[in-house]
Amino acid sequence: MIAAADLASSCDLVVIGGGPAGLAAAALAARAGVSTVLFDENPGVGGQIYRAITSTPVSDRAILGEDYWDGAALAAEAKASGALIVNGATVWSLDRQRLVGVSLGGKARLIEAGRVIIATGSQERPFPIPGWTLPGVMTAGAAQTALKAHGLVVGARTVLAGGGPLLWLLAAQTLRAGGTIDAILDTTPRRNWLQAILHLPDFALSPYFAKGLALLREVRGRVRVHRADRIEAVGTDRVREVVFSSGGREQRLPVDLLLLHQGVVPNVNLANAAGVAHVWNDRQLCFVPVLDADFGSSAPGIAVAGDGAGIAGGTAAAERGRIAAIAAVRALKPEAVVPDTQAIRQSLQREEMGRAFLDWLNRPADSFRQPVGDTIACRCEEVTAKQVRDTANMGCEGPNQMKAFLRCGMGPCQGRLCGLTITELIAAERKTSPEEVGYYRLRPPVKPITLAELASLPISEAERKAVER
Amino acid sequence: MFKRLADSGPAIAITVDGKKVTARAGDTVAAALLAAGIDHCRTTPVTGAPRAPYCLMGVCFDCLVTVDGVGSRQGCLIPVHDGMKVETQLGRREAGR
Repeated sequence: MIAAADLASSCDLVVIGGGPAGLAAAALAARAGVSTVLFDENPGVGGQIYRAITSTPVSDRAILGEDYWDGAALAAEAKASGALIVNGATVWSLDRQRLVGVSLGGKARLIEAGRVIIATGSQERPFPIPGWTLPGVMTAGAAQTALKAHGLVVGARTVLAGGGPLLWLLAAQTLRAGGTIDAILDTTPRRNWLQAILHLPDFALSPYFAKGLALLREVRGRVRVHRADRIEAVGTDRVREVVFSSGGREQRLPVDLLLLHQGVVPNVNLANAAGVAHVWNDRQLCFVPVLDADFGSSAPGIAVAGDGAGIAGGTAAAERGRIAAIAAVRALKPEAVVPDTQAIRQSLQREEMGRAFLDWLNRPADSFRQPVGDTIACRCEEVTAKQVRDTANMGCEGPNQMKAFLRCGMGPCQGRLCGLTITELIAAERKTSPEEVGYYRLRPPVKPITLAELASLPISEAERKAVER
Repeated sequence: MFKRLADSGPAIAITVDGKKVTARAGDTVAAALLAAGIDHCRTTPVTGAPRAPYCLMGVCFDCLVTVDGVGSRQGCLIPVHDGMKVETQLGRREAGR
């Protein structure tokens, strides 16, 4: 185990996040002779897609599928590369001078980095429906994490709701593991096909085509699938029932667990707080960082690789990590031998081929992104959609002003579970675009740290003298 | 509710609000609470509503608990250890507390 005291105060490259992008980037850079540290918040590497790849208790490989086990090679490669891989390390600050604030085992350190690769990946898109804060309502990703990392599988009275590849993958993995799914509520609007169909030829050539079809067949044969254009979780102390309707016909199912999923979006908090410029992506309905061909951001020396650069999936994330790492190595150590980027870019292009189809097909309906009435928009501060809409109509123009009115985005999650909702609600009410409305201006610390952790930062003699009388 | 595929690792004894709970090595606090069928881990500061783990990946902060005396820790990111004391949190401030 590495302790905070063992960390050097500076290094060539800091990689933040140990998913496919971070692992691939760290492995490539370290092998090229660049001193590389990878910080990852979780107890083990793998990120979300390869969660617990080195420790999963799920030994039957068929349950999680071969795509999951691909992560083992990435983890092994990174471990063998000579990069310092630090798990249980929370990065809470990054600035434009590439000073990285990190906490480890209750102690904080500041580390000067020559280059930084942010590989903090994605998170599930907020899915604000009535009752989504009740115990027993979780994300599909959470259930998948429980399975991968802890061998916990969902039992009776479980309903999945939403759309997107991960929902169907979780359903298949759960069934293979002997779990139960009572029903899937498919919220994908049928009219999405109108746009998606234009991109079907590309998707048919991508590696995801055959996999996707097989997955749908596997699940549809064993689970009842209902269409839903309205979903409500009902209960007082916990969820007891899910009420849904399609075309006005209402149905109810008793549930102990309701698992929601509406696709994934970049986890922007660290990059945003570091001052990286972002732009609205209307196809993926989220903010993505503005990046060059090497995934370099608007902040000098800081790259954003993986799904944090825009959603493209795990295999693409690794290729993006490699491209970003090559750029970092070239800047830090021009004489180092690095792989040819041409082959990597071609492989990345193949991986990204089917993305337009998937994005258009799984684009969540407006009604599931822009809630109304008493539905909670900000889970932490319990701010309702109506409050946000009313405040926008009173003249509030953006999310940062909205904080001052309603405190939305100011709770512990720092806007992660409401940011996109607030932006879209303001845009809808003010009849403007999310790009125009913008996003929360985030500031460090982007993860909570205790005063004791802050106080543990080493202090130089000059700093001490500056405040001593 | 969740069930374990198999005993995923050696048993780890923790307490939750003083009651003994058997977790498994490799569990996070949030996973141990879910596996034990504990219905919520905190109440909210605004309305006092119960919350349970939601995302299990460190973004939602609904699994905040007191771990070994330190409040508001993210239960989904902290591995359990033998003898760990977990307490569920009351969100609302109470007089004299």
